[in-house]
Amino acid sequence: MISSILGKLTPDAFIHDPITMGGALSMVVIGLGLVAFITYLKRWGWLWREWLTSLDPKKIGVMYVVVAVVMLLRGIADTMLLRAQQASSVGASHGIISADSFQQIFSAHGTIMIFFVAMGLMFGLINLVVPLQIGARDVAFPFLNSVSFWLYIAGFLLINVSLVIGEFSAAGWLAYPPLSELQFSPGVGADYWLWSLQIAGVGSLLSGINFFTTILKMRAPGMTLMKMPMFVWSVLCSMTLVIFAFPILTVTLALLYLDRSMGMHFFTAGGGGNAMMYVNLIWAWGHPEVYILILPAFGVFSEIVATFSRKRLFGYTSMVVALIAITFLSFIVWLHHFFTMGAGADVNAFFGIMTMVISIPTGVKVFNWLFTMYGGRIHFTTPMYWFFGFIATFTLGGVAGVLMGVPAIDFQVHNTLFLVAHFHTMIIGGVVFGFFAGITYWFPKIFGYTLNERLGRYAFWCWLVGFLLAFVPLYILGLMGAVRRLDHYDASMGWQGLFIVAAIGVATIGLGIAFQVLQFVVSFFQRRHHRDLTGDPWNGRTLEWATSSPAPVYNFAIIPQVSTRDAFWEAKQQAKSSEPPSYEDIIMPKDSPLGIFIAGFAFVFGFAAVWHIGWLAVLGLVGLMVSIVFRMSQDNTDTVIPAAEVRRIEAESRARRLAA
Amino acid sequence: MTRRVLAIVGIVLVLAVIAAVAVFLNGTNIAVLNPMGTIATQERQLIIFGTLLSVIIVVPVFALTIGIAWHFRAGNTKASYRPEWSNSRVYEGIWWAVPAVLILILSVVTWTSSHQLDPARALTSSVPPLKVQVIALDWKWLFIYPELGIASVNYLQIPVGTPVEFQLTSDAPMNSFWIPQLGGQIYAMPGMSTQLHLMADQVGDFHGSSANISGVGYAGMQFTTRASSPADFHDWVDSVRQSTSQLTRSQYDQLAEPSVNAPLTTYSMSQVGLYDEVMTKYMVPGMTAHGMVSP
Repeated sequence: MISSILGKLTPDAFIHDPITMGGALSMVVIGLGLVAFITYLKRWGWLWREWLTSLDPKKIGVMYVVVAVVMLLRGIADTMLLRAQQASSVGASHGIISADSFQQIFSAHGTIMIFFVAMGLMFGLINLVVPLQIGARDVAFPFLNSVSFWLYIAGFLLINVSLVIGEFSAAGWLAYPPLSELQFSPGVGADYWLWSLQIAGVGSLLSGINFFTTILKMRAPGMTLMKMPMFVWSVLCSMTLVIFAFPILTVTLALLYLDRSMGMHFFTAGGGGNAMMYVNLIWAWGHPEVYILILPAFGVFSEIVATFSRKRLFGYTSMVVALIAITFLSFIVWLHHFFTMGAGADVNAFFGIMTMVISIPTGVKVFNWLFTMYGGRIHFTTPMYWFFGFIATFTLGGVAGVLMGVPAIDFQVHNTLFLVAHFHTMIIGGVVFGFFAGITYWFPKIFGYTLNERLGRYAFWCWLVGFLLAFVPLYILGLMGAVRRLDHYDASMGWQGLFIVAAIGVATIGLGIAFQVLQFVVSFFQRRHHRDLTGDPWNGRTLEWATSSPAPVYNFAIIPQVSTRDAFWEAKQQAKSSEPPSYEDIIMPKDSPLGIFIAGFAFVFGFAAVWHIGWLAVLGLVGLMVSIVFRMSQDNTDTVIPAAEVRRIEAESRARRLAA
Repeated sequence: MTRRVLAIVGIVLVLAVIAAVAVFLNGTNIAVLNPMGTIATQERQLIIFGTLLSVIIVVPVFALTIGIAWHFRAGNTKASYRPEWSNSRVYEGIWWAVPAVLILILSVVTWTSSHQLDPARALTSSVPPLKVQVIALDWKWLFIYPELGIASVNYLQIPVGTPVEFQLTSDAPMNSFWIPQLGGQIYAMPGMSTQLHLMADQVGDFHGSSANISGVGYAGMQFTTRASSPADFHDWVDSVRQSTSQLTRSQYDQLAEPSVNAPLTTYSMSQVGLYDEVMTKYMVPGMTAHGMVSP
């Protein structure tokens, strides 16, 4: 009876090996501790009103970043386990965790780092910055934005629940069939993977549509496409990729679930299915996904280098052309992820050459950044440190990438630790460094004070040194014949020393993360000394620095008029009129908890789909529909900020500015 | 002053690390860069060529980064300051053109090497090739020598100087077959047959493994490849043929059951067509390994 009510869910789902149990318990304890702490502070009402139900993209952005950082902590903890295993599981010793746990952990690591850390940081930054940079008060679809965020949270919850109830996928972060099919992965792990990505992925797609529309439709008057800040351009390209790529992921995951749950044969080896189709589809999404992440990071660097060199971005048109070229090319290189599948020489050569061609526009961007600095006055702030770290690592990683673009070379390094080192170079050196730089750079705009520079530099050096220690050995190991995802190897291979160095590198990166957390805490307590009273702490160039810090909920009391690139820089060069402007009522969207409900029901549905609990799935789906219909039938979704209130807020910030 | 000390300490540290790495690597076998076969040798050549070519870009990038960052630091008021200078057709032309030329060169190399080193391409040699059929199982490699009537598990012996023609499939999840010192990988997939051609130039024992995750026993899918003189190879074949254990269909089914760290085993076999049987197992009725059969 119970079994039919709860589907595949049995008490066994709560029983784990000691290490997983430890992870699960510590997560539950931290979660409960947080709940108790908020209850103790009596902050639930505040949290609900000011943050959780907010439709303000700046607040949604902050929540994205907070969740991404939490997931980064879990991701790095996973990494430490993985490397500790590989440093110790040699010869007669089998290390600290079982092969199955090891495989679940690396599958979780990849999934978490891409979907919940990198994507979270990216959408966080986009939410924080894009409306401000285009001189808009909001995004095109504010409520949809909240839904996107909460779907991301639903996916985040599902992947974390898998740690406590049941298991996670052990089939790698892209879960190739036939391994991920029911025959070889009979547990619920693959379903957890599938549904957490499916739900978060739909959120990403909705965000993509939202910001694509926002950039095209909501720019300040006068801001033509070729006057947009480069970060906005990079986001526009990235969101274009989201719109084209994420539907492929949605369909692929749906087909895999049909295989697993209804005995269909899209990707099975028997019954007419074809696993190679899955590999093609997942990479037709997966390769653009890499560029979805890296393009906004490029955009961040474009802003930072110009600002801290006190100079215009060099070669604006080239930069735009390069972005568009990368956007286009990123869709015709996916096959380089499986040159070893045995496609003919013509096919392999075509995709290999396309892969190399991408390095041309990417190289152009690097030179343009360097020449942005040429003739400038370079201020070595923490964001610039991240930029230099990026140039050093990304260039080397790019060389490795071009090498692997040659199919005959790829045959020798594919699926080895050389490959692992390469893509971590691109993701850490490019994406992660870029987003860290961006967070440091835009932090004062959101919170009204700058971050502690010294701790930021410490964090940077730990990250850079840790990165080198963690990944240079992996390049060498790959060439020595070490394949990825090994939970054990023979002592005669001579790999252990390098694995130990790599583990030390991971610990060093962990120290860097500790410095970053410390940086947030210390900066919060020192905020009086680091107040940004002017709204323009870096002598910025783009519109977000024209408004006060922290930016008011409506961003701009008066929508700016744009006539050039670097609109704010130009405005600063001209004499300002001292006439007090006349303010008007500002209409803003009213906060709504319905995003939470929609995503909450999506979570319920996902959980039910994982465990095959029919009635719960129906409940989730019906709840989801009802919430959407309820939202659609709401008439009064706007709120008005009266002109008098705007005048009061603006007068206050002007007084602050004058006092500074 | 302290900055200078820090810089010196930093440089010394970097040099120390490089020295340590050099000492460490001196005694180790960097398999990919230490080829023992025709294909692996050519692949190493490509790696070296590609790396040297990229130096043309990497060195200027690093030099420019350091030079520009140092010269135009805010503290250096002697440096020219041109905040509006943001365009130069000549400069931009250079860095669109130079990488494009390099990529053009590399593209030609890519095109020719993709064809020359296509895993499916037979090696030219006066010695007739040895056929080996490879079946990836959970979690071991089965090697069948169809023309010699023998088979082995997690052990591959081949004669030196003889082209080896591998046909690969899987009766388990997807795996990737790799012997780094002989040449690059190819996937082994259920219901599919891939091809790989390798040839050992020197006698020796070479490590081989799977490079694609295939389940809990994946780490144990290691095997030794012994390249021996043709005479030694034939001795080995003869001794295996004497072996009492026969790889029959039922023996195969037993072997195909999941097991980890399977011991090295050899079989004699009289049954032909096992490989094709395994392949067609995954085909839709009406299909064969060679395509559609007319009813």
